[in-house]
Amino acid sequence: MGCFLTNSSVGKKVVMSVTGCFLVLFILFHMSMNLTMIFSREGYNLICEFLGANWYALAGTALLAAGVAVHFIYAFILTIDNYRARGKQRYAVTVQEKGVAWSSKNMLVLGIIVIMGLGLHLVHFWSKMQLVEILHSGAAIETINGAEASIHPANGALLMAFTFSKWYNVVLYLVWFAALWFHLTHGVWSMFQTVGFANDTWYPRLKCIANVVATLIFLGFAVVAVLCFLKSGEYMTEMLHWTPGL
Amino acid sequence: MNFTLKIWRQKDAKSQGAFETYKVENISADTSFLEMMDILNNNLIHAGQEPVAFDHDCREGICGMCSMHINGHAHGPSQAVTTCQMYMRKFKDGSTITIEPWRSAAFPVIRDLVVDRGAYDKILQAGGFISVRTNSVPDGNAIPIPKADADESMDAAACVGCGACAATCKNGSAMLFVAARVSSLAKLPQGKVEGARRAKAMVAKMDELGFGNCTNTGACQAQCPKSISIAHIARLNREFLAAKLQD
Repeated sequence: MGCFLTNSSVGKKVVMSVTGCFLVLFILFHMSMNLTMIFSREGYNLICEFLGANWYALAGTALLAAGVAVHFIYAFILTIDNYRARGKQRYAVTVQEKGVAWSSKNMLVLGIIVIMGLGLHLVHFWSKMQLVEILHSGAAIETINGAEASIHPANGALLMAFTFSKWYNVVLYLVWFAALWFHLTHGVWSMFQTVGFANDTWYPRLKCIANVVATLIFLGFAVVAVLCFLKSGEYMTEMLHWTPGL
Repeated sequence: MNFTLKIWRQKDAKSQGAFETYKVENISADTSFLEMMDILNNNLIHAGQEPVAFDHDCREGICGMCSMHINGHAHGPSQAVTTCQMYMRKFKDGSTITIEPWRSAAFPVIRDLVVDRGAYDKILQAGGFISVRTNSVPDGNAIPIPKADADESMDAAACVGCGACAATCKNGSAMLFVAARVSSLAKLPQGKVEGARRAKAMVAKMDELGFGNCTNTGACQAQCPKSISIAHIARLNREFLAAKLQD
């Protein structure tokens, strides 16, 4: 049975569905973790310390990277297949069919925006946190409140307040979250359809669930980014001299 | 009513095609789309030109032969009907109508608006049948089938195999057609017993013939002249995965 996941159309779609599901679950976890920032910066850093370069966090990161890579590579394989299947000659006139969501026809473009945002996010955060611990390199140095300061790899709260103190980062992240919202409004119900868990009774329910999940994720991330922008000065002063407790 | 028609003309499978523009005048609003095409062809023949080749047969919406892509819609802008069941009153007087053949790598153009839909027949031959011995006709109602199952089977069996689903799909996927065939048989006791073999054989043939991968846009069900639901695709996915997991 091993090969149907690589050589049949339905099997390849199942790989997209399962990796997509895994990534959605991770994003929900990440969003919940970020919400801690609203209540306690110390609490947020406690989670950052817990998820440093420990074996379980590294294993999780590797699994996550594999999930993203498989989802991304399969997306390209499927899209190339589909482009070929459509044929060389295209229609001169096309329309948006009734009941067909715009996002469902633009999943690859949305996915590319999402992955570009992910790249930026890894540079902003991961490279200054977990990567520093893995490589045992020096902590990131940034200009905070007018003076150069070294940011401890577990001081996620300071890094977040610093990153979102710049308005253009907030705008870039909001664009990223919006692309993710569109991607998930189709992706979340679609993953149920692909594994066969859907029928005419469940379509409205699944689409409702997809919209709720996508909106929760968008709001959860956006609220924290905007809050960090509004209160960046206060948060940076609060966390500048934080030392790890664990 | 008067119309300007932009029609795809292509001499044969190997030739390069192009759009040609024609005018038709004094068309009654109650003329069917294919009758309008007949009038155009009559004019072309009288003018000593080659008529436009297009597929048609029953002209009552049950054979699935007519197959035009009209103004961006498979079977035209009317909902849930084939091209032959659409009337010119659906269009604005004086408007331009663009008519193209199905565009899909698995449906090559043979001439003008005629495409080779043999790929669908090959998928059917791969598994869209029942080979168990069912003996002579049993007494009526001897095999109990729940009403809901019978209805669902009949809804799927309404598929006329016209190819609008693959022609509409941005991925050139034949999933709605395959799903309708698999579903109509899977919901009945005589068809159910071979469900696993059927799903695997038909999906394998569909992939082999170069149809694309379904991305659940739902464009097929929006354009299907028989309004076949993508819920049948979910059933095909279930049948296929259950069969593969048993291998």
